[in-house]
Amino acid sequence: MASRVRVMPKKRNLELIMLLFGFGLYAFELAQVQLATIFILRPDAWFFWSLPVVAALAFHFVLRFRASDADPLILPITFLLNSLGIVIIYRLDLVKSLSALDRNVGERQVIWTVVAIVLAALVLFLVKSHLSFRRYIYISMALGVVLLILPLLPVIGKTVSGAHLWVNLGPLSFQPGELAKIALTIFFAGYLTSRREALAVVGRKTLGLRIPPARELGPIVFIWLASLAVLVLQRDLGTSLLYFGLFLVLIYVATGRVFYVLVGLVMFIAGALVASRLMSYVGGRLDGWLDPLNEANYSAVGGSYQIVQSMFGLAHGGLFGTGLGGGLPSIVPLAQSDFIISAIGEELGLVGLFAVLAMYMVLVSRALRIANAHADDFSKLLAVGLGFVIALQCFIVIGGVLRVVPLTGLTTPWLAAGGSSLVANWIIVALLLRLSDTLPKAGTVSA
Amino acid sequence: MTPEIKRVANVILLMFLALFLAASTMQVLNADSLNNDSRNQRAVYDGYKTQRGSILINNKPIAESIKTSDAYQYLRKYTGEQYSALTGFYSLYQGRTGLENFLDSSLRGDNSAQFFEQLNALFSGNPVTGASVELSIDEKVQQVAWDALGNKKGAVIAIEPSTGRILALVSKPGFDPNLLSTHNTADASANYKKLLTDKGAPLINRAIGGGLYAPGSVFKLVVASAAFESGNYTPQSLLPNPRTYTLPGTTTKITNSGESSCGGAKTVSIATALKLSCNIPFAQLGIALGQEAIAKQARAFGFGESINIPLKSTASVYPENMDAAQTGLSSFGQFDVRVSPLQMVMISAAIANAGVEMKPYLVDQIFTSNLTLLEEAKPTELRRSITTSTAERIKQMMVAAVSSGVSSNAQIPGIKVAGKTGTAENGVGQPYTLWFTGFAPADNPQVAVAVVIEDGGGQGQSGRGNTLAAPIAKKVMQAVLQK
Repeated sequence: MASRVRVMPKKRNLELIMLLFGFGLYAFELAQVQLATIFILRPDAWFFWSLPVVAALAFHFVLRFRASDADPLILPITFLLNSLGIVIIYRLDLVKSLSALDRNVGERQVIWTVVAIVLAALVLFLVKSHLSFRRYIYISMALGVVLLILPLLPVIGKTVSGAHLWVNLGPLSFQPGELAKIALTIFFAGYLTSRREALAVVGRKTLGLRIPPARELGPIVFIWLASLAVLVLQRDLGTSLLYFGLFLVLIYVATGRVFYVLVGLVMFIAGALVASRLMSYVGGRLDGWLDPLNEANYSAVGGSYQIVQSMFGLAHGGLFGTGLGGGLPSIVPLAQSDFIISAIGEELGLVGLFAVLAMYMVLVSRALRIANAHADDFSKLLAVGLGFVIALQCFIVIGGVLRVVPLTGLTTPWLAAGGSSLVANWIIVALLLRLSDTLPKAGTVSA
Repeated sequence: MTPEIKRVANVILLMFLALFLAASTMQVLNADSLNNDSRNQRAVYDGYKTQRGSILINNKPIAESIKTSDAYQYLRKYTGEQYSALTGFYSLYQGRTGLENFLDSSLRGDNSAQFFEQLNALFSGNPVTGASVELSIDEKVQQVAWDALGNKKGAVIAIEPSTGRILALVSKPGFDPNLLSTHNTADASANYKKLLTDKGAPLINRAIGGGLYAPGSVFKLVVASAAFESGNYTPQSLLPNPRTYTLPGTTTKITNSGESSCGGAKTVSIATALKLSCNIPFAQLGIALGQEAIAKQARAFGFGESINIPLKSTASVYPENMDAAQTGLSSFGQFDVRVSPLQMVMISAAIANAGVEMKPYLVDQIFTSNLTLLEEAKPTELRRSITTSTAERIKQMMVAAVSSGVSSNAQIPGIKVAGKTGTAENGVGQPYTLWFTGFAPADNPQVAVAVVIEDGGGQGQSGRGNTLAAPIAKKVMQAVLQK
């Protein structure tokens, strides 16, 4: 190991250069929002700038010593996204009236960023090799299930806009579903590694489809039921779709059989349709999604008001945006969390939105490259799973804002306000970095 | 597993492609309609953030934005009522009308011609200043038209026949747009309610056809044009001239205005019938030509077409599927023929301009706050409405109508004026609609004008186009020629 540190400093140097660029951009963004909203530069910009910068720099040095061969793009891109999120959240804080209840969301986001980076560094220290996770597959499953059930428990469970995704622990609110996605990715990867031979067995052929032996359908039915349970009990289509989609992709990669994907999708759509018939709130949401500008949907309680305001904001931004601090994103309810993409689209324009989407794409593509470069099944599945969970979450939540899919309660990775989301996604960063550092042949994943 | 991972990558690519497409649709393709949605508060806030450009006449503002100390930063100020038909109003809660509406993108600096200024604003942070608009209106002519109309309800419009430049556009009663641009919302909505329910309907722009009018005898210009264009008639062609005429297929008898004999002979020439404005010969001429020929001529003058000057005009109407009796009635501008003053002045201007109709326009120039010219009016030909020889013939008949006919009150000493009056009936007991349209000087036309007066000019059924409308037109033409 020690010799590699000296042989391969290139990646870390590249990472440092890109990070420094990110630090500069972050400073520029903070100055811009202050000048555009309060017309002066205020010293509290230092607080917002220095804490995440120091944390990211420290994390970079942890990488130099603990994972020197790790992918050099992941950390800078994550930092760019995370810092842009803080800027937007802080910018919205700045224009809140003095009587507003919550004017310190930006400061909390900074603290959570530092906490999340420290925890990610800790993961790098503790996890020398991701292969050790294989020993905890069923513990992971149990952990994932417990985390998913937590919001449903009395006393600590909390309902936000109809969805049961939150847990109250004293002063802290927590979305355990965010951490569950890591536990479940590890479980799926481990489980499928051991069962892939059996699942890939070619069964008899019926109607042109090769159907695997019935008993091998057990797990897919189990996961399907669990996803529907999430949908019905937590009342959130996004979370349910995220886990089920993740499972389908991993079973496909493990077995190479499209059959599972087709059957799974049909089962999920059928289940979701039945569930939506049984639950009244879903119908209103669907109407608001399909025809938001319709006056009846617009003025209905829980109707399309929010998404329409977001559409107005995005249209207002147009191609180049109003400039950071120049728009009126505060008109959109929940602009700091669920609708942060709308605020970015308004102030940075279509150009800025494309840049953000491109950053996510690069990040996901790094994960897939890592998966390809690994030789063993577990590593491959874990890397694909982590990459796909980011991609699918982006698609569901950003697609919700852009009306590609109905709105759900997921968060935008690294951008949206919220500690649990930051912690979970930074841990994914740590895992991807660990995965890229332990490639069988050094240098396979190049910058 | 490698091929599977590759396929997963393709699926992810498709997912992101969907996001790229959706974002482009929302932020670019549908942006205009979303920005103009009445529920969108951003447009309101935005409109007041930048200093809106001025609307100018001879470099003097008739609408301008004044810096204020309230949250909206700028207040829209107008100079009086006489320009209200042009400017319309710009209001926080009632939206915008008139040029404030049709020139909105230029006035608020959002015109594509200001792209580089917008780009500069993006980087410098200085807001774009709206572009200002110089109108073609002549301050003096507008004033004369406004005063001449007095307290009568109606409209005056004067244009330059060779270019289509609009020199005056007045609609009465007017209103004070300041009543609506005030930032005091209670005042603004109370004022708006008052203007909406006012019997005089001041918010309607009568000149371009907030509603349309029966043209009466001025429509004879269209029928005469159709006759000459058919090739079967000349001004000397003789028409039967009975004292009364029963419309075919009915028992309805029509007479000439004042039951006159229209010269007294058994027959009358088209030229004389127009000069004396006789209904019976024109009813028969119209029936002989047929509604198709008249409709074709009406379209050639612009009937059935709304134009943007850039105010949007109401299209004038020549009815379809009439029987012979209805065709006869419509041939002297009754039945369901409906026109706007703009349409009438376009007809006069086309006759004056040797048959070529120019597109009327109100905006000479649009320029930025630092006086960079963004747009300049270029006179554009709409179409040839009639041949040069038809134009010459109609012109001579109109000259005779003023010099020795029933449109005599438009005479200007020393200047040959061409014109045609109209006195349209609006049903039993209803006051007449009074008209004049024409141009001067006949041999070198500088101005074409149309005047309409509603409600018989306050004289019920005793007012005539020649007694009330022609003198107003005369003053407006004089104002142009005396410059």
